[in-house]
Formats: sequence, structure tokens, C-alpha cells
Amino acid sequence: MTTDLKKSVILHAGVVLALFVLQFVLPAYHHGNMARIMVLASYAIGYNLLFGYTGLLSLGHALFFAAGLYGAGLAMSQFGLSAGPALVVGVVAGVVIGAVVGGLALRTEGVAFMIVTLMFAQAGYLTILYFGAYTRGDEGFVIEQAERVLLGADLSDPLMRYFAAFSLFCAAIFTCFLAVKSRFGRVLVAIRENEERASMLGYDVAKYKLGAVVLSAGLSALAGAGYALLFGYVGASFASVQYSIFPLLWVLLGGAGTVLGPLVGTVFMFYLIDLSSGLTTAYMLIAGVALVVLTVFAPHGVMGEVRRRMWRWLP
Amino acid sequence: MSLLSAQGISKQYNGLSALSDVSFEVPPGQVRALIGPNGAGKTTLVGVLSGRIPPSSGSVRFAGQDVTTWPAHKRISQGMGYTFQITSIFADLSVRENVGLAARRHQKSAAVVDALVEEALLKTDLWGRVDDVAGTLSYGHQRLLEIAMGLAQKPKLLILDEPTQGLADGDVESFKRLIESLRGDVTILLIEHNMDVVMQLADFITVLEAGRVLFEGIPTDVKANALVRAAYLGGGDAET
Repeated sequence: MTTDLKKSVILHAGVVLALFVLQFVLPAYHHGNMARIMVLASYAIGYNLLFGYTGLLSLGHALFFAAGLYGAGLAMSQFGLSAGPALVVGVVAGVVIGAVVGGLALRTEGVAFMIVTLMFAQAGYLTILYFGAYTRGDEGFVIEQAERVLLGADLSDPLMRYFAAFSLFCAAIFTCFLAVKSRFGRVLVAIRENEERASMLGYDVAKYKLGAVVLSAGLSALAGAGYALLFGYVGASFASVQYSIFPLLWVLLGGAGTVLGPLVGTVFMFYLIDLSSGLTTAYMLIAGVALVVLTVFAPHGVMGEVRRRMWRWLP
Repeated sequence: MSLLSAQGISKQYNGLSALSDVSFEVPPGQVRALIGPNGAGKTTLVGVLSGRIPPSSGSVRFAGQDVTTWPAHKRISQGMGYTFQITSIFADLSVRENVGLAARRHQKSAAVVDALVEEALLKTDLWGRVDDVAGTLSYGHQRLLEIAMGLAQKPKLLILDEPTQGLADGDVESFKRLIESLRGDVTILLIEHNMDVVMQLADFITVLEAGRVLFEGIPTDVKANALVRAAYLGGGDAET
């Protein structure tokens, strides 16, 4: 066990180090892409905690991402908060909404849970449109460059932005790694594997599932708030159903229930669309075929296959 | 004082009575068997005791507390270990993690958990398979893993629901030795079909028939009782 733990610490530290070094070697275009990918991958990590580890498929995570995005964005645009406190407001908004939605949606399970979470997210999306006077609806609003300063660092500067995205990603992956290795995370896996058994071992399954929703929502909101600060744009499209489906796709491709899967899936999907759209206007066709091929030949996702074939110790 | 006591338990399903006015007491340290022909209400009664099935009326007390309205997980966290009739394990996790989950619920320290896992697996002769994936074990070993998960919880009461069902003769023998080795340390409620196992292991037997307690007594009395013989032992249901 301890050698397995050592191996996984080395692997994940190596990946984090590689991401840190990348900023010095990447050309400007990919440099910008990677910053965006790291923020989106943090979102996927939050999603993976619920879907990959607890086995709860939510179709409404855009609500939590948007809670962070708008929580931070509105705190700055409407209440004049600076970047640091706004980030906290975003995360708190996600945690609170996660607790409320979780408390209600967890009364259902399976397909009903998917539908209930989807409906809550749609309600959130429509709420954003309804309060268009503040949110500016579909069009969204921009956070001025002058306000996007965190701990003295100008987040609109590409170097700073990369570093901030990197820090956010580190926080997310570290949280996920710790959670998965903890007693809490192992109970979540037990619930995924056999919920009735977990309950008949004396675990309060409902409490653990709510904890998983809240943690997952909190991480998603952190990513959303980070997105608002780093890229300076807050818009309703981030609350749409598309942004609930994205993390599901990223996690499925990268490997559900693996710590690195969300990063791998996000990179893969981002560049799949990026590269294929450079070749043809029918880029979604190429992306679609690639997704089908991967699903057929690696149903556990990239990292899931790696775990199955090579590294059984992969967390 | 009794560790487990049921008072006037009744359960109706859509007007059909599965249990009517069942009362019984299990004192600490006893190996109690619950027997009865198919459809006697054994499974329903165990469901009521463990909290998986709410009774229509009556009350359940465990370790000095009224637990009638408690959910199953709360009863278990208070020391009621439960093993499933139909094997229910974490098939994709290792044997170690299966038992570890059982131990970790009541123990924070990793060293204590490791010790409990080792102890439970040694007792059930599964220590050699500690790193196997649980789903790859043979049926008999999976039954033993169920019991190991029960033991690792260090329960006050261990409810074993049909533990020898589907086991080969050799496995039944080692099961009997295992229960003998636990005698005195833990109170056991054994729901069992195999009369040979029951007569050999039980200190005291409760016989259910048609949702009622037909007879209670020590094994020799149960064997000698005419009612029991008529209802059960003499009937075609008994397995020897």
C-alpha cells in the first residue's frame, strides 16, 4: 500500500510539475489554451468527485459552475468587491446552492436524479436571464481589466493568468487526491460499488452523498469563479445545458473515477475540436468519430484503461 | 438484561400477515438460532430487527435502547453486525478494502484498522487472498468474506442470515469451527436451514411458523417437541 501511495504521489507531482514547466516552453497560442484548459479541468475534477467516485450522474453541474462565475462576477460588478473576496463569494454561492440542490435532488436516484439536477440547472439558467438588468442575460458582462487583480497580480497578463490557472488546478487536484485517499472518499467509492452494503456496514449513506454533492459543487464553483476572474467574462451560456454536458464528456473520455482523468479528457476534447476545426468546417464530424472510437475501444476512458492494463494502483 | 429484544412484532403486507405478535429476547453471549419452514417469516423478522423493514406494530430494543424507529445504518453503528443472505460484497474492490470499510466505520486509526482486517481475515482463512479482487473469489470464499466484514465491525450482535446456504460440506465444517471460536465473544443470531449446523451450534432455538413463535428451547427440547416435529423437522423441509 505504501509503495502504491508513493507511486501515485510521484506521478501526480510529476504531472503538476510538467504543467508548471510548460508555461516556459509553450508558444503564446497554446499557452493561453492551457490556462483555459486548467480552469475547465478543475471544473471536471469537481464533477468527477460526484460522478466518477460516488457514482451519481448529475446533468446540472453548469448550475454550480455558474454559481461561482456569477457569484464572483456580480460581487465585483454590483457590490464593488475586489477579486479575492469575490472569489470567496463565488465558492460560497456554489456550496450553498449545492447543499440546497443536493438536499432535494438526493431524494431521487438514477434517471430521476439526472432529470432533477437538469431541471434545477435550467431553472438557474432561466433565473439568470430573468434578472437581465443585473446579469445582462445572454450577452453577459465584462469584468474590467483594472479590477482583475488578485494579491497584487494582474490576472489579465498571460503569465500571471497561466500561473493563477495553474494554482487553481493544483488546489483542485490536491483536494481530489486527498479526498479520494481519505476515509470519506473510500466510503464514496463503496457507495458507488454497492450502496446497500455501505449502508449495512453502518455508514449514513445519505449524509455521505450530500457531502459529495457539496464538495463537488464547491470545486465546480471555484473553477467558475476562477474563470470569471481570469478571463473577465460572465455570460449565461456558461449556465446552459451544454456546460453540464461538457464535464461529463471530459470525465468519460479521460477516465471516470481517476484523479488525472478530468485533465486528460479536457485536454483531449479541447484540442480535438481545436485541431479538427482547423482542417474542416465539419469539425464536429471528426470530433464525433473520435469520440465514438474512444468509447468503443476504451470504455473506461484513457486513464481508466491505463489503470486496467498497466497501473492498478492509480487512484 | 437482554441484548436484543423484540416485543409484539407484527408485519402486514397488503393485508397479508407475515408476522403476528412475535416476541423474543436474546441475552448477551448467546448463540441463538432462528429456524422455521420456508415462509415462516424469518427473513421479515430479521429485516425488522436490523431496520431494513419497518414493522406494522411492536418494538425492538437493542443494547438498552429503543431502536424501533432507527434506520438500519444507525443500528449497525451501535453494534449490530449484519451479513446478507444473498452475498453482497464490493466486488470490484480488494478483499482488504472490503473488510477495511467495515473496520474503518468505527476505527479512525489506520494501524488498528489494519490489525482488525488481519484478525478477521485470519479467522475466516482468507488472509492468503487479502489482495485479491473480491469478485474473483469463489462463492464459498465470498460467503466467508461476508462474515469477515461482520467480524471486523466488532459487533455486539452478529446477525448471520443463512450463512451456510450454498456452501460445500467442507466449507460448512470450517464455518462451524469459526462460530465455535467466536462463542462467548459475540452474541450471534443465526438464521439457518441446515439443521445439523443449528443443533450443533445453537445454545437456544426459536422456531417460527406462519409468522408466530411456535416454540423456544434448547436444541434437545426442540428436537423432542412434537409440535416442532410436526411443523418442521418431520416435514419435507428439513435438511440434514
